[in-house]
Amino acid sequence: MVSLNQLVAVCLMYVAGLFIVAFAAERAALRGQGGWLLRSPLVYTLSLSIYCTAWTFYGAVGYAARSGLEYVTIYLGPSLVMIGWWWGLRRLVRIGRSHRVTSIADLISSRYGKSNTLAIVVTVMAVIGVTPYIALQLQSVILSLSIFAAADVPLAEAGGDVINRGQAALWVAAGLTLFTVLFGTRNLNVNERHHGVVIAIAVEAVVKLLALVAVGIYVIWGLAGGLSETLAKIDASDIGQWEVQGSRWAALTVLSGAALLCLPRMFQVMVVENDDERQLQIASWAFPLYMMLMSLFVVPIAVVGLDLMPEGANPDLFVLSLPLSQGQNGLAMLSFLGGFSSATSMVIVATLALSTMVSNHIVMPIWLAFRRDGATQSGDVRNIVILARRLSIFCVVGLGYLYYRASGGSGALAAIGTISFGGVAQFLPAMLGGVLWRGATRAGALCGLGTGFVLWVFTMLLPSFGADVALSTATLERGLWGLAWLRPEALFGIAGIDPTVHAVVWSLALNTLVFVVVSLFSFPAPLERLQGAQFVNVFDHSGPARGWTASVAGSEDLMIMAQRILGATEAQAFFAREAERQGHGQRLPEPTPRFVQALERELAASVGAATAHAMVAQIVGGASVSVQDLLAVADESAQMLEYSSQLEAKSRELTETAAQLRAANEKLTQLSLQKDSFLSQISHELRTPMTSIRSFSEILRDAPGLSDADKNRYATIIHSETIRLTRLLDDLLDLSVLENGQVTLNQREGNLRDLLDLAVTTAQAGATRPLKVLRDPQAEDITLTSDLDRLVQVFINLVTNARKYCAAETPQLVISPQVTAQGLVIDFVDNGDGIEAGSEALIFEKFSRITGEGDGAGLGLAICREIMCRLGGEISFLGNVPGTAFRVQLPAYVVATPE
Amino acid sequence: MPRPPIFLEKRGYRQRRMMDAVRLLPFLGLMLWMVPLLWPVPEILPDATAEPTEPTIAMSVALRYLFGVWALLILATWALWRRTRDVASDGGADTKDGPR
Repeated sequence: MVSLNQLVAVCLMYVAGLFIVAFAAERAALRGQGGWLLRSPLVYTLSLSIYCTAWTFYGAVGYAARSGLEYVTIYLGPSLVMIGWWWGLRRLVRIGRSHRVTSIADLISSRYGKSNTLAIVVTVMAVIGVTPYIALQLQSVILSLSIFAAADVPLAEAGGDVINRGQAALWVAAGLTLFTVLFGTRNLNVNERHHGVVIAIAVEAVVKLLALVAVGIYVIWGLAGGLSETLAKIDASDIGQWEVQGSRWAALTVLSGAALLCLPRMFQVMVVENDDERQLQIASWAFPLYMMLMSLFVVPIAVVGLDLMPEGANPDLFVLSLPLSQGQNGLAMLSFLGGFSSATSMVIVATLALSTMVSNHIVMPIWLAFRRDGATQSGDVRNIVILARRLSIFCVVGLGYLYYRASGGSGALAAIGTISFGGVAQFLPAMLGGVLWRGATRAGALCGLGTGFVLWVFTMLLPSFGADVALSTATLERGLWGLAWLRPEALFGIAGIDPTVHAVVWSLALNTLVFVVVSLFSFPAPLERLQGAQFVNVFDHSGPARGWTASVAGSEDLMIMAQRILGATEAQAFFAREAERQGHGQRLPEPTPRFVQALERELAASVGAATAHAMVAQIVGGASVSVQDLLAVADESAQMLEYSSQLEAKSRELTETAAQLRAANEKLTQLSLQKDSFLSQISHELRTPMTSIRSFSEILRDAPGLSDADKNRYATIIHSETIRLTRLLDDLLDLSVLENGQVTLNQREGNLRDLLDLAVTTAQAGATRPLKVLRDPQAEDITLTSDLDRLVQVFINLVTNARKYCAAETPQLVISPQVTAQGLVIDFVDNGDGIEAGSEALIFEKFSRITGEGDGAGLGLAICREIMCRLGGEISFLGNVPGTAFRVQLPAYVVATPE
Repeated sequence: MPRPPIFLEKRGYRQRRMMDAVRLLPFLGLMLWMVPLLWPVPEILPDATAEPTEPTIAMSVALRYLFGVWALLILATWALWRRTRDVASDGGADTKDGPR
């Protein structure tokens, strides 16, 4: 027989072993060793097994003994959720990682605009929902201990009472608190993972599976005598028939599936402690396998227990009492350790998850509110946060203990577990709705959660205490305030439903309905919409939510705050990294929105999104949503709009370019035509004098007996033709020199009147048809400083043109100089027909000859333009006066003031 | 911008279909596990001695069925994981517009 003392000794050794394992894991993780083990999918899957608590280990057998196969629904729902990981869990895990979520309350509050109200509501609900569950674990440990105590013959003979349950529970609670405090609050950053805790619960997961399987094998092959005999025994037993009500079957499957997603401890191990989506993928088959193995031997143990154990034995403890009654002390010990493991691992993780929520969402905001200057106060906040977390752990375990003492340790394990599941399942609509539906709003989530919670308390929690404890018999039978439709177990007058199904269906259905309807008719705040878009489209853009206009934020203040939460070294490293990214070198980074956002995310990993948001808000001043963010929210339509406007701009640009190209092409074509006509012209021009030179020189050479007069005449013709050729070549040379900018200006001072006199005389020389030139001698009395020879060349050209091309009967040219602020302007206007429209752009081009006649090569105006350009002025054609009009402009600096 | 191809090569196609199977498997499981809703349940009669009037499902049959489905689902999930582990982990995004 195992004595109680032996048992306690083994138990303590086991716990010490766990401490060592957890400690070694922490050390290894600190040194960066053993990463493969700590991050392996196996450890992840085993850590998920905290779903199987003492309720599974002991309670499932009791459940099966009472209600047949109904117990299996508690594992079918989670199996389906795991197998359907693609739909829900993958999303949650990705969101958890990209938003550095610390708990389920953090997830919900973060989704609905980082609302702290929501976080508090979820935290309070979770604490109320999970407290009975923690009490359940304490109860199961105490029950199993008392079984050993009852069998401890020497102790019983010595007249010792069965163990003092209250004291034992206190010791167990204290031990669990110590373990959680030691390994759960070592580091502040929740995303840094609790390696010690995770490894410890993985070991415990193996122990409880081995224990249950060992008992199952012993029962089937040791007691019942084989598989077929066991099956026969099962069919012959009290629970040998299928007798599960359909409604309970469906409702409990849904409830357990929801609980897997919503239980704070499951969220902790599944989402917060997750490193990699691969882990989830493997867990999708490995965790159902674990659950199947855990529930495989439940029915045989229950049936054999019912068969062998005396009437009135507690079926919840068959796993333990069956081997004990058969004298299998080793197996009983293993079984006890399995149950102990189930209970402790659940309490540790649940407490850890709840304490994170309580400290982040309740204690920290209160502490911040008490301090006027809040986040900028000096001192290390980290100690405060860790202290808050430790206090929260004490509170949560303490609450569980109080619940255990208050409820007197009564009630079947399964019933308590179901109530707890019903409570946390109320998070499901807000959580899934928030993750899948962008229209979900904070108001909707608050109202839905509130409705579900009130209904759960009224229809499930309070009636579970029994009549006249929390609710009076009158209320139970006739409804609240005597209103028949408010009966806790028959709402709206619909009676006859199973109480559990009734509570689950009404609370979840009305919760969802209120959530959806209020969401539909309320309007979310900008931050909420932004977070909603980011959560729902987490796979499209995992980018961070932006939301700070940090112009007023001092980097120093942020630094001080960050140091106190992240620790000095980490904060400095983080700031240095950001500064480098911004290109500031050693200085503090600019508080850009992106930087503040990154900092907030970093802080959120330590104190939760809502608190981090509030702390940053105290320094930065206020959150805002920038235009870019709204664009991101309006996502597709905005992008389309932007894209189409870009297209429009581009097409406009292209049209303009095409028009320019077309104009250029037209000009080129015309120039090419002109060049062709010039080439033919110049060959003609060159050919005519050459022909006459050749023919007259041949006459001089070949014809004998020419008179001197004839010889003289012919030689004169040859001479004048040569001059003509030389002039043409001179013009071409002149133009090429001017164009290449090789000309040197010969600056001199002179009077405009003298220049014009010279030009008119030169141009008129030898003219057959005189041109009447009208001048204004008064206005012409202007002293100029410029290259006067070149200027005269321009004037000669203009006067000659007028003389040559003016088609009027009595051609006349008006020359009117004028001094303006811009400089000297001289207009040359004749009384001819002018130049036909459309040709203005070409007259200054080389080789252009508008009329196609005359003896010029079409270089005159081109040369004029080049000269004027060199002199700093310009020559232009005036289109708006009768006749042909040219304007010569010279800059102001050439005009000296008359003396 | 070149249009993405409409059809995939065979290997990619097979992997897509495997991901479809991953998505559909939970629904198959749900249907199979909700079959017990159709099973007859003995009336709880006030007269304890009365024999049940209609035949009921024996516990061993129910056990075999439920755990059989369970094992089947686990095997299927495992097999699908073997074939899709590369796709599902790096092709995290929902491919709405990609080739099918």
